[in-house]
Amino acid sequence: MTLSSTARPAPASGARRRATPSDDGDRGALSAPDWRRPAVRWGMGGTHVLLLVLLVVVGLGPMLLLAKYAVTPTQDILRTPLALFPHGIAWENLERAWNDVQVSRYFMNTVWLALGSWAVQLVVATTGGYALSVLRPRYGKVVQALVLSTMFVPAVVLLVPLYLTILDPPLLGRSLVDSFWAVWLPAGASAFNVLLVQRFFDNLPREVFEAARVDGAGPYRLFWSIVLPMSKPILGVVSVFAVIAAWKDFLWPLLVLKDPEIQPLSVRLPAIEASTELGVFLAALAISTVLPVAMFLVFQRLFLRGAGLGGAVKG
Amino acid sequence: MTVTTSPRGDVAAPARAAGAGRPRRGPATWLRGGGLHSLVFLLPLLVIFGVFSWFPIVRAVIMSVQETNLVTDPTFVGLDNFRHVLADPLLWKAVQNTLYFAFLALLFGYPVPLVAAVLMREVRRGRGLYSALAYLPVVVPPVVAVLLWKFFYKGGPTGVFNTILGWVGLGPYPWLQDASWAMPSLVLAATWAGAGGTVIIYLAALTSVPAELYDASEVDGAGLWRKIWHVTLPQLRGVLFITLILQVIGTAQVFLEPYLFTGGGPNNATVTVLLLIYRYAFQNSLGGDYGAATALSLMLAAVLAVFSVLYFRLTRSWSTS
Repeated sequence: MTLSSTARPAPASGARRRATPSDDGDRGALSAPDWRRPAVRWGMGGTHVLLLVLLVVVGLGPMLLLAKYAVTPTQDILRTPLALFPHGIAWENLERAWNDVQVSRYFMNTVWLALGSWAVQLVVATTGGYALSVLRPRYGKVVQALVLSTMFVPAVVLLVPLYLTILDPPLLGRSLVDSFWAVWLPAGASAFNVLLVQRFFDNLPREVFEAARVDGAGPYRLFWSIVLPMSKPILGVVSVFAVIAAWKDFLWPLLVLKDPEIQPLSVRLPAIEASTELGVFLAALAISTVLPVAMFLVFQRLFLRGAGLGGAVKG
Repeated sequence: MTVTTSPRGDVAAPARAAGAGRPRRGPATWLRGGGLHSLVFLLPLLVIFGVFSWFPIVRAVIMSVQETNLVTDPTFVGLDNFRHVLADPLLWKAVQNTLYFAFLALLFGYPVPLVAAVLMREVRRGRGLYSALAYLPVVVPPVVAVLLWKFFYKGGPTGVFNTILGWVGLGPYPWLQDASWAMPSLVLAATWAGAGGTVIIYLAALTSVPAELYDASEVDGAGLWRKIWHVTLPQLRGVLFITLILQVIGTAQVFLEPYLFTGGGPNNATVTVLLLIYRYAFQNSLGGDYGAATALSLMLAAVLAVFSVLYFRLTRSWSTS
């Protein structure tokens, strides 16, 4: 399966042409006549209801519990974790987490880390993808092979040498430890992004580029005014992935950001676990979850398409 | 700006070689032909990948045969690092635990998304809601998920899970505190956090199963189970093979769950290979043993590479395309 075909799912050609009893090409194992049989109707319908209940309990349940604990007094959480607010609601959990435990600061650190990683990833993937796909220098194939080869190296191999590189980066003369750059810059080395963007650029119509060239657009103009505006869908996918990945990242920021003042939520949450009152701590967990979940709800299609895309690319 | 200013000239060197090797393409022609523009656009990629990917990969190989500390210059020690790691009694425990984790993760996590996705494919109204619910745990930051589950797993009768199980007369169970319960508990949490992604991948694959195949099998009189067995699953083969190997590669590198849930305990029951690498490099009171850490990480990578090659050899004949 190629990327181009999944990026915008086209109906399987031919499926629509033939007038089949099934619902215009979009059907699963069960056909429309199948669905009219009571055994299927009730059996599969019941299974679906059961599945939905399970999904709500398993997928949404823990999130709802977390939301409840975020505003439940610590004593109630400890004694009766599943009772519904026996002693009232403790809104102050949230406030204390935000202010006293300084979640606000760590939240902003996480935002900065995510934004910086996003910017670096976007610059590297778009410029690199443009050069490899549109400008195509002679050595492009070599660069592309080198980029792709990094996908086959497990991340763990990079851990220690990358850490030492951050301690003593070439040409810079000073350690990047305790600087956001230590997280931002390595984030750019994502072969997955480059591949994704390059494949998208490959499928843009060449005639448009030719027309722009004839009209006197240079390579920079072509990049900025033609290629980038045409690539909004893929830039959206890369952006969402970049922000979410940065929000999730734990081990790397743990290693290179030693100063608690600049650590992101993922690193600070385990560190404050022991010293924070349970209700406040769970409120901190809830606050850390709000933004990714909100992003998911807003960009749902992008997420789900992206997740399916991941499988297609890997396959 | 010339080619040689990039920190790792060797990467860009083929450019010059290719340009100079051809008789009528001197540097001036190269420049006029737009070669400089390509290089300008490639520069961010070359610098970032060079410094933060290609160079560290090469360096990992070099460091594995060196004794590296941050005070003196590294010295060549041959295969000592590998010998040292292989002689560590904890390594075999870690390998065992990692295999156990991978096995349990397959047991819990491999069939569930498949069944869920096949069922969800048949949903006719509101399939988006199903997908969204399944995918929701995936967007929860992993650290939050682990810390939340750690709280759910609290031992004693007032733990969340123990309370729920207590309603039906089960428990209380020790979860993370018991050596034999700890690993399944970790895997359960990891499965919760990861299964949604696999469901979406399967759903995407299921939508591309041609409707004609189902139509044809109906003409031949196939019932639901036969359709799933003879049409759906064979059509998913390729994706199923890929997700299996990806899951194995992923679980072989499991770190977050053992590190945050148990720290490797109780009684080393959840020490994984990656946790060991982390300990060698970053939790050593005598200063990081970077040689041992890189040696072990290379061995892990080699095992995974060999496994992947064998796997693809074996499955090639069964796989689609």
